[in-house]
Amino acid sequence: MIGRKPPKPAQVALTQRAFDLLCLSATFVLAVNASHLPWWLNAALAVILGGRWWQRRRRPGRVPQAIKLPLLTLLTLAIIAYYGNLFGRAPGTALGIGLLVLKLLETETLRDVRVGVGFACFTLMTALLFDQGMVSTLVVALGLVPALATLRALEPAQAPSGMARSFMPALGLLAAALPLALLAFVLVPRLGSPLWGAPGRDQARTGLSDRMSPGAFTELLTDDHPAMRVTFDGEPPPPDQRYFRAFVMSRYDGVSWSYADVAHAAPVPLEVEQAIGYRISLLPTHRRVLPTLDVPIDAPAGAVMRRDHVVVAGRPVDDALNYALSSATRYRLEPQLDARPQRWLQLPARFNPRTLTLGQSWRERHGSDDAAIVREALALFHDGGFRYTLAPAPLGRDAMDDFLFDTREGYCEHYSSAFTVLMRAAGIPARVVTGYQGGYWNKLGNYLLVRNSDAHAWSEVWLADRGWVRVDPTAAVRPERVSLGAAAAAGDQLDWYRRDWLQQFRNRWDIVNRWWDQGVVAFDALRQRGLLTPFGIRDTDTRTLGVLLAIGSSLFIAIGLAWALRRRQPRDPLREALRTLERKLARQRIVRRTGEGPQHYLSRAARALPTQRSQLTELMQQYLELCYASDEPAPESVHAFRRAVRDFRVGNVVK
Amino acid sequence: MRGLLQRLQRRAEKRLPALTRYRRPEPLPITLHRRRIYIVPSGFGLGFTVLLLVMLVGALNYNNNAALLLTCLLGAASAASMLVAFRNLDGLRLDHLRAGHAIAGEAIELVCSFHSDRPRSAIRLDLDDESTAFAVDGTDAARVSLRLPTRRRGWQPLPRLRLWTSWPLGMFRAWSWLHPAQSVLVWPRPEATGPAPRAMADDARHMQLHRGEELAALRDYRAGDPQRHIAWKPSARHDDLLVKDFEQPRSQPQWSLDWRQLHGLDDEARIARLARWLNEAQAQRRSFSLWLPGNDIGSGSGPQHYVRCMDALAGLP
Repeated sequence: MIGRKPPKPAQVALTQRAFDLLCLSATFVLAVNASHLPWWLNAALAVILGGRWWQRRRRPGRVPQAIKLPLLTLLTLAIIAYYGNLFGRAPGTALGIGLLVLKLLETETLRDVRVGVGFACFTLMTALLFDQGMVSTLVVALGLVPALATLRALEPAQAPSGMARSFMPALGLLAAALPLALLAFVLVPRLGSPLWGAPGRDQARTGLSDRMSPGAFTELLTDDHPAMRVTFDGEPPPPDQRYFRAFVMSRYDGVSWSYADVAHAAPVPLEVEQAIGYRISLLPTHRRVLPTLDVPIDAPAGAVMRRDHVVVAGRPVDDALNYALSSATRYRLEPQLDARPQRWLQLPARFNPRTLTLGQSWRERHGSDDAAIVREALALFHDGGFRYTLAPAPLGRDAMDDFLFDTREGYCEHYSSAFTVLMRAAGIPARVVTGYQGGYWNKLGNYLLVRNSDAHAWSEVWLADRGWVRVDPTAAVRPERVSLGAAAAAGDQLDWYRRDWLQQFRNRWDIVNRWWDQGVVAFDALRQRGLLTPFGIRDTDTRTLGVLLAIGSSLFIAIGLAWALRRRQPRDPLREALRTLERKLARQRIVRRTGEGPQHYLSRAARALPTQRSQLTELMQQYLELCYASDEPAPESVHAFRRAVRDFRVGNVVK
Repeated sequence: MRGLLQRLQRRAEKRLPALTRYRRPEPLPITLHRRRIYIVPSGFGLGFTVLLLVMLVGALNYNNNAALLLTCLLGAASAASMLVAFRNLDGLRLDHLRAGHAIAGEAIELVCSFHSDRPRSAIRLDLDDESTAFAVDGTDAARVSLRLPTRRRGWQPLPRLRLWTSWPLGMFRAWSWLHPAQSVLVWPRPEATGPAPRAMADDARHMQLHRGEELAALRDYRAGDPQRHIAWKPSARHDDLLVKDFEQPRSQPQWSLDWRQLHGLDDEARIARLARWLNEAQAQRRSFSLWLPGNDIGSGSGPQHYVRCMDALAGLP
């Protein structure tokens, strides 16, 4: 097995094809990473890439150091200035992609190209650190095709082919590698805990916040990424009961409502009349709060329930999280208000005087009938000329006054906020609750898809004997919001791609995403340990996984070797035709003996089948002629013989 | 360091032929098969493995299954490329090997003819430090020419040839040794200067004009041309009769080159002088004869005659 070192290849000139393919790979890398890089870096790198491609097309050669070094310095400084440091996921990715593009500036030898391809593969992977959806994974995997095609284009002495055709072998190689890749994917032991620092916070995606000010949701309401998927034990609750609570907000400072996380208070008492069990699979929110259907009875493992039945996880949800819960759908929450009801009556001083006056006037009119005051407020929203819109006019300092008496347009945040202020002004304990409402019921997958755009805010008021009661003032203005969902309520205010049939299709398509999220993205150490449960092994430890991986890989190696070692015998159509004939005759128990020549065999067959003697004799003559009369029998005669064999029917032997 | 390694390897090959797969010369054709194809990762392959490991650890650390899937896919594709590399050589056949002519000290051209039943790309054939890349299509044989340096005249056995490929991704290097049991004949190097051969100018026998024997051209018939020189077949396609015009007779005298005439020189010097004379005779398009110990080549001219004489010279003990 000793091989001499290969002679140093003379500086082989890099072909234009290989360089083009490398540029294409780099373009692909830029494209898949574009969404999480700052726009100026994207633009600069694209310009450098295009410029280098154009320059090398005109005159091959390295870009001088005088240009390269300042660019490298500039890149490093820009990344440090933007991200604060060079290490970590986001700055590391930016640096890697920048280096890949700068590497192209000096790419003139095979070695440079290979280093470039390595970089490209690595930076393709980093795109997945930011988004591991099914489509993006597929797109990124396709990015391997130009990279592999680049490596292939480096080999000398190839049959010339078009650019498009040079992708096919790479695609074929990837396709052939897929089974082994899947095996390795399932069996590579996952880490129970990360080796180094957990991935940094990713605040790019909007999500429910622990503060709410009217007008702040707009971004969230137009973001239709899935937020969570819910499966229910038994029938799902009807659409107007699908309220998922996240934050209960008590403090209002005149601008925004905020949630106060009180750690050391026991949950308030809850009297359950009807409960439902369900599982939520929550996509990463990077926050600790876990949305729950209505009022949760207890907290799932790894989370605690706060005073107002807000469930908070031990650490931020940075990866998809599954949890099972049961919640009360008919209940009495906190039937006796605690000792400090003023918390629920707090209003900032010197804000919204007209609103306060309106609330107080209701109290004077209805006396102690809290329910009547609630009805009065809902009637105001329903009949007072209020309009539901996702693009309301901006509000001034006395936001609620402006909203209630001037603009009269807004969405859930405005209504719940105004309603709660009115209730507090009238002396009724009230609070704002944010979360999700509605969702799309996927019949095929039996689950409820809740998107970020289903974010919602509503109110709860405390009524004597009934405890906290949910009141959704938005429903008074726009009942569709609750019965049909956010998209229906928004009407024609949304982008074209969220219109009816397309949205329907996207909702149905989500089942694939769900399958991907559950089957691939959420396949963690825990799931891996339970891999062999169907085979009676409860806990698949790392050693078993390793052994299985070795066995599986050996199997694939054996298949691969069988393919590689297979020598295709040159096909002899004549011989094959004779084999067919033998098979047909063998059905009549006329089997060719070992060492029996075709003439002897066919004569024997002709004797055994007197009805077809002439046919068989004819076939025998043809065969012998084709075989032995000339070195290369004419293709037409071979074809005729094959047809004759095909048409030959063995009749029943008459005994 | 490199020299030491090579020495070690040579010793190992001599001592442990079975282990090092030292290939003894074997007759053509040579077909490559699994027992004589070796494969190791190339430097780039090792580097890429490190990259894959980094990607694997990164994906596992970030608990990112999509990245892990991508890494597994890339790794599996790289591993599969090993089989493709093997298959690129497996079944390749070296049919025959033709040598050109060269004088000692110059490189001799070897033309290897490879045959395959399916197309193959980027196969490289190494002879010492020289490497030639070629592709084989499934139908015709691929002819690869190599330049083998020579030192002295005479039969020179062929060295080992290495056939290797890093197809398709350059991550693995598959190779096989070819050691054809064949020798090439190297012609002697003619001396630089020296006396001309003793011309036999008086010999009227050699002065006589005679028609050349080689057909030079076709020309129109002129009265008086012998009938047997008429080219009947081409004439049938023309209006006029055409006549075969033969090469005009030489006016130069024939040389009779004789080993025995060169007294007082050692064998190699004699050979060098005879080689020079042969070259000159060939250049002047003379006819010549050559007498060597144990080999008497009659008078003649033309390239074939020249080659015969040079071969005889080269083959002298």
